[in-house]
Amino acid sequence: MTNSDTLEPFLRPYEPPPEGHVSGSRLERVLRSGRFAVTAELNPPDSADPADVYEAARPLGEVVDAINATDASGANCHMSSIGISALLTRAGYGPVYQISCRDRNRIAIQGDVLGAAAMGVRNVLCLTGDGVGVGDQPGAKPVFDFDSITLLRTIRTMRDQGVFLSGRKITNPPHLFLGAAENPCIEPHDWRPDRLAKKVEAGADFIQTNYIFDIPLFEKFMNRVRDLGMDKKVFILAGVGPLASAKAARWMRSNVPGIHIPDSVIARMEGAEKPAAEGKKICIELIQRIREIQGVSGVHVMAYRREHQVSEIIIESGVLEGRHAKRKSRKRGE
Amino acid sequence: MYRTRLFAIRHSGKFEWMYQRLEKLMIVLDPVFARIGYNRVEQPVALIEKGVKGLLFDCKMCGQCVLSSTGMSCPMNCPKELRNGPCGGVRPGGYCEVKPNMLCVWALAWDGSTRMKGGNKIREVLPPVDRSLKGSSAWLRVSREKAAKLREARESARTTIAQAFPAARANEPSSAPLAEEPSRAVNKEQRQ
Ligand code: SF4
Repeated sequence: MTNSDTLEPFLRPYEPPPEGHVSGSRLERVLRSGRFAVTAELNPPDSADPADVYEAARPLGEVVDAINATDASGANCHMSSIGISALLTRAGYGPVYQISCRDRNRIAIQGDVLGAAAMGVRNVLCLTGDGVGVGDQPGAKPVFDFDSITLLRTIRTMRDQGVFLSGRKITNPPHLFLGAAENPCIEPHDWRPDRLAKKVEAGADFIQTNYIFDIPLFEKFMNRVRDLGMDKKVFILAGVGPLASAKAARWMRSNVPGIHIPDSVIARMEGAEKPAAEGKKICIELIQRIREIQGVSGVHVMAYRREHQVSEIIIESGVLEGRHAKRKSRKRGE
Repeated sequence: MYRTRLFAIRHSGKFEWMYQRLEKLMIVLDPVFARIGYNRVEQPVALIEKGVKGLLFDCKMCGQCVLSSTGMSCPMNCPKELRNGPCGGVRPGGYCEVKPNMLCVWALAWDGSTRMKGGNKIREVLPPVDRSLKGSSAWLRVSREKAAKLREARESARTTIAQAFPAARANEPSSAPLAEEPSRAVNKEQRQ
């Protein structure tokens, strides 16, 4: 009964990546073809019902090239990223499996990477993770056995050398498109581009940044990134998201680690008659301005509790240019 | 102590210089340590190391010291124990995400590296820490490692000769020896 033929509709067969690619991921294909890529974050359910994952994925699936499955972001417990990723691949979506170093050690992580790849995952995002203190269970033990950069190098070694960090051989190595995060608008500003270079050196194929609300600061960052030649070596997707209200923006700024929102943006939210509509408008404007910056290959939309706006934002911003990122039939996978 | 740690980072160039001297001394001492036995010197040296580095850098004795690549700012003081640069949560003013009253260890590290000759080493990707080495002496590890490298270079000449002249070695073993030479068997002035 466990013959994989009988499970065909649920399984993506182990296959070599196409020529010149490291994975069979659609996101990689779109980026390498030079098109402007769009990814979005799925808000993980606090539930054991797969239908909740599919409900959250449905509006995103039509407009994005990959869906990020977050790994207890903000140190808050939700359905795991590997579980969400596995459900998404079964339905033909292309997930970005996020791995945070906060909760698991090197043994667990390397095993999960193989498990995820076997479930059809083709994109991984390597993250350090927020400290446990900001989450819903601050008494937890912070693990941080790896950091995001050693994690990148480890998965690259698994993929390209076909060995675990112990040197033991992996018979069929995982073919993964490797991602990392960067936070261009956060201190130390001068060193952020160098840190990005270090991530590329460690193995990053693509970068998804944290929220960008400050275009001048991001432009300065990108100037330096281009000076280092990094825009040629890695695909950079700039992170954006709609704000709900001035109050929510202020709360995010002081309670969520690593978020920089300039006062001018908050003032604009404050002065708006319909804050939610204004938040959406700001987000669309940001996408359009970011798109003009040389060296940016796409956008990553994070809409905490505003997922209903994501597809409108993407369509209205015009970045798809009539392109429809519809998923393929369930049988062919991603 | 936090204050001395900041002092060390402000004077990272001088501490780098001192560290290079110390490293040379440790390599010179390798034969002595080897004679006494590395196992026997481990504890006393680790104790001294802990005292000195604990005072200066708030050293956590990870056993795999990388201070020269991190602007003399010990990365094990980062609450996330990151070895390769700041996380994305650094607060305005360069303060730590997890400990808001402490300056981010990695913001300090990049700053410290600008005052060091080998400051560019901070761009190198460092491996994950081997947690089983916690508490052991990194100084002795360096001295063993560097001395082994020197030895390896010397030995590679010997093994190459032994392999290039196999017949001579079979007939006259002493003409192309493969075995390591005891220190008294070699003319020291010649090898200097
Ligand atoms: S802010 Fe700096 S010191 Fe604090 S956890 Fe992040 S990298 Fe470590």
